[in-house]
Amino acid sequence: MAQPRVVVVGGGLAGLSATMRLAELGVTVDLLSLVPVKRSHSVCAQGGINSVNALTRQQGDSEWKHFDDTVYGGDFLQHQPPVKEMADWGPRIIDLMDRLGVPFNRTPEGFRDQRRFGGTLYKRTAFAGATTGQQLLYALDEQVRRHEVAGRVTKWEFWDFLAPVLDDTGRCRGAICQDLVSMQFRSFPADAVILASGGCGLVYGRSTMSMVCTGSAISRAYQHGAAYGNGEFIQVHPTAIPGADKLRLMSESARGEGGRVWVPRTPQDPRDPRTIPEAERCYFLEERYPKYKNLVPRDIATREIFDICTTEGLSVEKDRPCVYLDLTHLPRQELDRKLHGILEIYEKFQGVDPRDVPMKIFPAVHYSMGGLWVDYQRSATGGMEEGSPRNHQTSIPGLYAVGECDYQYHGANRLGANSLLSCIFSGLFCASGVIAGSQSSKRTAAEESSRLFDAALRREQDRHEALLGRRGSGDNPYQIHQELGALMTRVATVVRRNEQLSAAYDEVCALEDRWRRCAVSDTGNWTNQNVVFTKSLGDMFPLAKIILIGALQRDECRGAHFKPAFAVPGLQATDEAARRREAEEWCDRFASNTARWLKSTVARPGADGHPQIAYEDVDTSLIPPRPRLYGLVGADLIEEVWRERQQASEARVGGTGVGSGRPLAATS
Amino acid sequence: MIAPNHAADSAPAADEGREIRVRILRQDAPGQESYWERHAVPYEPNMNVISVLQRIAAGARSADGRPVAPVTWDCNCLEEVCGSCTMLINGRTRMACSALVDRLLEEQPEEIELRPMSKFPVVRDLVVDRRRLFRGLERVKAWVPVDDSYDHGPGPRISPEEQEDAYPLSTCMSCGCCLEACPQYTKIEPVRREGETGEAFAERRQGAFDRGFVGAHAVSQAMLFNAHPTGKMIADERLEALTSAGGIQMCGNAQNCVAVCPKAIPLTRSIARAGRAATVWAIKRLFDR
Ligand SMILES: Cc1cc2nc3c(=O)[nH]c(=O)nc-3n(C[C@H](O)[C@H](O)[C@H](O)COP(=O)(O)OP(=O)(O)OC[C@H]3O[C@@H](n4cnc5c(N)ncnc54)[C@H](O)[C@@H]3O)c2cc1C
Ligand code: SF4
Ligand code: SF4
Ligand code: FES
Repeated sequence: MAQPRVVVVGGGLAGLSATMRLAELGVTVDLLSLVPVKRSHSVCAQGGINSVNALTRQQGDSEWKHFDDTVYGGDFLQHQPPVKEMADWGPRIIDLMDRLGVPFNRTPEGFRDQRRFGGTLYKRTAFAGATTGQQLLYALDEQVRRHEVAGRVTKWEFWDFLAPVLDDTGRCRGAICQDLVSMQFRSFPADAVILASGGCGLVYGRSTMSMVCTGSAISRAYQHGAAYGNGEFIQVHPTAIPGADKLRLMSESARGEGGRVWVPRTPQDPRDPRTIPEAERCYFLEERYPKYKNLVPRDIATREIFDICTTEGLSVEKDRPCVYLDLTHLPRQELDRKLHGILEIYEKFQGVDPRDVPMKIFPAVHYSMGGLWVDYQRSATGGMEEGSPRNHQTSIPGLYAVGECDYQYHGANRLGANSLLSCIFSGLFCASGVIAGSQSSKRTAAEESSRLFDAALRREQDRHEALLGRRGSGDNPYQIHQELGALMTRVATVVRRNEQLSAAYDEVCALEDRWRRCAVSDTGNWTNQNVVFTKSLGDMFPLAKIILIGALQRDECRGAHFKPAFAVPGLQATDEAARRREAEEWCDRFASNTARWLKSTVARPGADGHPQIAYEDVDTSLIPPRPRLYGLVGADLIEEVWRERQQASEARVGGTGVGSGRPLAATS
Repeated sequence: MIAPNHAADSAPAADEGREIRVRILRQDAPGQESYWERHAVPYEPNMNVISVLQRIAAGARSADGRPVAPVTWDCNCLEEVCGSCTMLINGRTRMACSALVDRLLEEQPEEIELRPMSKFPVVRDLVVDRRRLFRGLERVKAWVPVDDSYDHGPGPRISPEEQEDAYPLSTCMSCGCCLEACPQYTKIEPVRREGETGEAFAERRQGAFDRGFVGAHAVSQAMLFNAHPTGKMIADERLEALTSAGGIQMCGNAQNCVAVCPKAIPLTRSIARAGRAATVWAIKRLFDR
């Protein structure tokens, strides 16, 4: 059979790495993106990319520990074989990016330098200044440009993916897209379509994400029947700079390089922070988590910062919640060498030099752990089987998803610097399976009847024209977006409550109704950004509903999903025997909650316009779930009790780790 | 630009009623006349030009209250790293996302003036077609010519000094400020002829691009890759490109480029290096004949 033709939607790290590998394998690729691929959101990534390396290995680190940190950090809500495969590929991926010319920071001897990130005790993170995502993306962009010159890749920049084209068997046969300059529609017959369209932060109005992160592509796939996994798991990053147009990230690398988070012990202490003596500062993360200190995982840091400002009233400012992120004790030169990019952002947008003055930061919506549900094939060694057409395939055959837009690797919370890895990994890894899958289909897309595509194209055209032709109620799409964002930020971020979530669901439906009646102010057919935005706004509502329903139904706390009503209190007793009893009870509750809730949420579009929710078991066959406490002060007894139980149950089974023969991670 | 964004949560009362006046040079489509349009938006602290444009798009009315089509512009990251939002702001080429209104009003208190870049064809309003800029990267083969994307162990050892030399060049975000400011980089805007196929037009346009000056950004990228241990394996091909039509010889050394680069990339250093390398290469080629 002839080599297949593949459409890749999105040219961030995931889309570019998939394109590069496919082109190399002789596949003709059409690469579509809303913006020139070199301007994709991945350029914003600052801190770095994780993998085991020669240095950490000699300190006791291994691929297995990276894998373990990732699933522990994700509160065990991810299928373990793909995560294991990713951790195994880590070192090779960094080596590859190094060969492609990424200017990683160097040690005096000329090796790649590494820094420490959250949720691990090892310096696993390779970095290129504080613009690692930009540097990784450029390296891939350069390779894809090379393939483009050689004629293997055609780029379609400023194009919008509108819908997958499904044949009568439900298989994806291509895509309908629109040129954002001429507003012309075009069908792209293809043997496979890979979505690599990134995150959906704009559902929250303002976030750390770029302006094209509307989630439109995944929402459209979902509306055509693709299942959506773990939508309620949205990462709120602990440290961002509040801004009117965007909440700009202050990377975790600031803490990785020694930055400390604190508030004055006196509420709203008016003194210059630099004059406040050590004893009058509360380094609350260091006090509560002496093992991980400022580098606890993000969900924990975020909740602590949120709490100290709201519940404990210790916000630095009165009208605006924020805490100090302090770098002023670190040598200037070192800061410039390793963090220049992010310090420059603070300086440019805040007009203050963070080398001299502590920064003021607060949490912001940052990343979507959830995304399109994708499949995988488990390999004999417990990893993912390379070349299987199931890998990264959505519930629609022939439609794949990679990068931030899939739900696969990060469970209930993503560790810092793991996303760049999962994006590049999933892009590279999926390629051979995509080819195998498209070769297994009986007909090629080229043989598919043109009627199929004509009908699909006509549907999108009609939808577009209907939007242009609306005689509106006077409601403004930008106003509706603002209200949606404010609502979602209020009810579905750090703290979630059922009354609020269910009321918000109704409000989202009402906003969607208003959207159906709002008119666009530009009805032209040339570079009409107004209609494109209005269309993508309409596609935010299904995602908002998935997030809200998923959160509403999940009556527990897991990773980024926190419901005070279902939080299990820590140990209260002071008497040793009573504490022991409490710890036993705590573990009982943990075990029953795991049995009840260690399941992925899977949403499908219901006929009535509401998501239908089902739950999927998680493959935890390699590392058994355990309480996720990160050495919290006063919680050691719980960990001890849990360990004893584990050992007892292993003794009964007579094995070591479950199935794998690897050391039990709980003792690491 | 896709999604306009929103007002700050709390605007202080002191600035109540204050307005920012903005004058925008608009153009509905390629080949059409451009025209000025005035807008006014309520002042908020810490605004940048993008948030001003967002308010304008949301309002879709000119300063005198006429309904107008929303102004069109490019942006994505909003933190000066994607290179999308280049425009002429108060006459100077710069990034709209990092152009803070308070600073601009200090420069020019009456109003803010926005114009599209002048060296690239206007698509609509403030959106221009920067295809030629990316073509420049192809011309100088701005990539490391690796065998493939499989595992062959780590890349070459690189000293911290070499890394510190390369990294700034590698932060070039293809914004085009350096090209806008360059007297040698003149606008090339071929128009599709009646009856000409899309492919034929694309080919003709590429030919026109390739005769024009390649630009400071591409010269700098060529030097970046010529310094890389693997990248330099095709150094000659890059020098060939830099010494053919539209190459380094066109640079008049006016140094406008380096003055406007938002990333402070040492472009004059790259240009000097390229000049020297080109001379050496030309001599070498003479002897090789
Ligand atoms: C500020 C910030 C800093 C970060 N820092 C780090 C870090 O240090 N380490 C780390 O591991 N992770 C980090 N992350 C996360 C990481 O950057 C992202 O998860 C990752 O870059 C996503 O890559 P992607 O390839 O999936 O998608 P993106 O890079 O978002 O690319 C999406 C692509 O899809 C295209 N697209 C979208 N919709 C459509 C459509 N409808 N039609 C056509 N094309 C479409 C876009 O044009 C774009 O090309 C950070 C994230 C942010 C916000
Ligand atoms: S130095 Fe050369 S490239 Fe730079 S502005 Fe002058 S002519 Fe243009
Ligand atoms: S060299 Fe500077 S001004 Fe020129 S494109 Fe690159 S970043 Fe922009
Ligand atoms: S929006 Fe990315 S550089 Fe301005």
